[in-house]
Amino acid sequence: MKKKFLLPGALLIFACSLAGCQNANSSKETLTVLNYGKYFDPEALKMFEEETGIHVEYEEYESPEEMYTKYKAGSIDYDLLCTSDYMIQKLIEEGEVLEMNHDNLKEYQNIDPKIIDASASFDPQHNYTLPYFYGTVGILYNTDEVDAEKTNSWDILWDSQYEGKIIMENSVRDCFLVPLKRLGYSLNTTDEKELDEALSMLLEQKPLIYAYFVDETGDEMAAGNASLSVVYSGEAAYAQSLADNLAYSVPEEGSNLWIDSWFLPKTCKNQENAEKFLDFLCREDIAKMNFDYVYYATPNKAVYDSLEESVKNDTTIFPDQATIDNCEVYVSLDEAGTDLYNQLWKALKSD
Amino acid sequence: MLKLKRQFLCGPYIVWIIGFIILPVLMIFYYGITDSSGSFTFSNISAITEPIHMKALLLSLKLALICTVFCLLLSYPLAMILNGLHLKRQSFVVFIFVLPMWMNFMLRILAWQLLLSNNGIFNAVLESFGLPKISLLNTPSAVVFGMVYDFLPFMILPIYNAMGRIGTDVIDAARDLGANRIQVFFRIILPLTVSGVLSGIIMVFVPALTSFVISNLLGGGKVLLIGNVIEQEFMQNMNWNMGSGLSIVLMIFVIASMAFMNSHNKDGEGAAVW
Repeated sequence: MKKKFLLPGALLIFACSLAGCQNANSSKETLTVLNYGKYFDPEALKMFEEETGIHVEYEEYESPEEMYTKYKAGSIDYDLLCTSDYMIQKLIEEGEVLEMNHDNLKEYQNIDPKIIDASASFDPQHNYTLPYFYGTVGILYNTDEVDAEKTNSWDILWDSQYEGKIIMENSVRDCFLVPLKRLGYSLNTTDEKELDEALSMLLEQKPLIYAYFVDETGDEMAAGNASLSVVYSGEAAYAQSLADNLAYSVPEEGSNLWIDSWFLPKTCKNQENAEKFLDFLCREDIAKMNFDYVYYATPNKAVYDSLEESVKNDTTIFPDQATIDNCEVYVSLDEAGTDLYNQLWKALKSD
Repeated sequence: MLKLKRQFLCGPYIVWIIGFIILPVLMIFYYGITDSSGSFTFSNISAITEPIHMKALLLSLKLALICTVFCLLLSYPLAMILNGLHLKRQSFVVFIFVLPMWMNFMLRILAWQLLLSNNGIFNAVLESFGLPKISLLNTPSAVVFGMVYDFLPFMILPIYNAMGRIGTDVIDAARDLGANRIQVFFRIILPLTVSGVLSGIIMVFVPALTSFVISNLLGGGKVLLIGNVIEQEFMQNMNWNMGSGLSIVLMIFVIASMAFMNSHNKDGEGAAVW
């Protein structure tokens, strides 16, 4: 008896899966791209489609971990992906990344060699990636309430004067980099003793914390709900566009330099079209459009040179050379390291 | 012919129940009792005994309990008042209480986030009266507040329904036989509304115990409930096995609390929740 009404359901599922297959086969001149949210000017995307006749299936995600889950699920074959340093390294190590031939990119000479060098930590031979945007992690502070001098050190985040007015990053590595750098350790350490010291420092800090936020930080700072926060430089630039009394500083103990880059995943079916897309991105006019849209530091030298002096010298967007030299790029952790960080993270949060 | 038609009507429901309830639960059990390489292990389930997880679970139980008690204390008198109004349009008053549920609960919690923040409207009002600002947001109390606000209708409605079913003749009879108001309440109204109270408790306690969004939004990442631990295992740590193992533990707590409530519910009113 029961089998009878199971049959229509099974047929339905079967029919759906057939339809799904057909869709996948008919994609001849399309390019499937996966990128961070709000990380590409839609106008530029339209221009690419008009110029080349290639249809772009454009998808977005929030965090590198989400991207990894989406990519690994394997239901969509992506042709091009953009994500952050340590996640790319993880994927390279897993053999998920195709080699990229930069000679096929006519406009490649626009990319700043400095940033290419900095990419060596996750792509040592530089044969897998194309830098897209970069930036730092630092302190965003309210200039009415905080002395700018003191933001040169992470120490200010332990100053009880600001009790209940400090926002920390709500993601494990961005949070731990603060005490690690304050202690003078590497932000890629997996040494248990060093990390324990960092944890006790964070636990000591916890009573002073207003909240642990990621994307909300900019709005909260602009609303004046906190005086100090740890943010990405891009988030800082966004918050400054909302309120005038905010400033950004990268402490002298050092911080994190992050580089978001494009790469060709193993699922890429049309490498030639993907390269056309990358070449298009390196073009000065397109890179400028994306820079204006995203407002993070662009590694495109042609765009940088064309900018007004005031923008070039805005250290919130473009960190100076001394800051870059003082910063470390994240290296992906092995499984034991990841587990250790997660354990410490939960210990901090559950206290 | 008629029989066959009925079976076809069942079709979508069967597909639904298999695809969206049975299979996911089976997958949770599969992930929960295996490790990342796929071999059998109990370590994901026994991980609940780790002090960090235990702390999160106990905090969840504590906050859920406080939330349930508050909801009950607010709802019971309210249901009595509503029931005693004898308004022409009594249902309109009930409608008022259900109205907020028409809006997505995330939006309502986000609104509270703005209202309670350091420079929010609540503190602005305090300031205008010359009172000092207080930090309400990002504390366990704010989380409990959000839970009570969100789950209150789930407590009011079953109690109100149970009260509505008590015939006035029952109460009249009690008064006739010499019972005073207090006796009527404790010997007639309370016993007859126990079933409503119990299903209300389940409907508030269970979502409060498993909630993670409210603690994320009103706790500012400082209040770690067991729901947050599970979310983190899935979304950040990519450790589906650990997440599933802890989910199984949480399911056991949910089922246990429901079984406990049902064993105390003699007339079977709460069965609707099962």
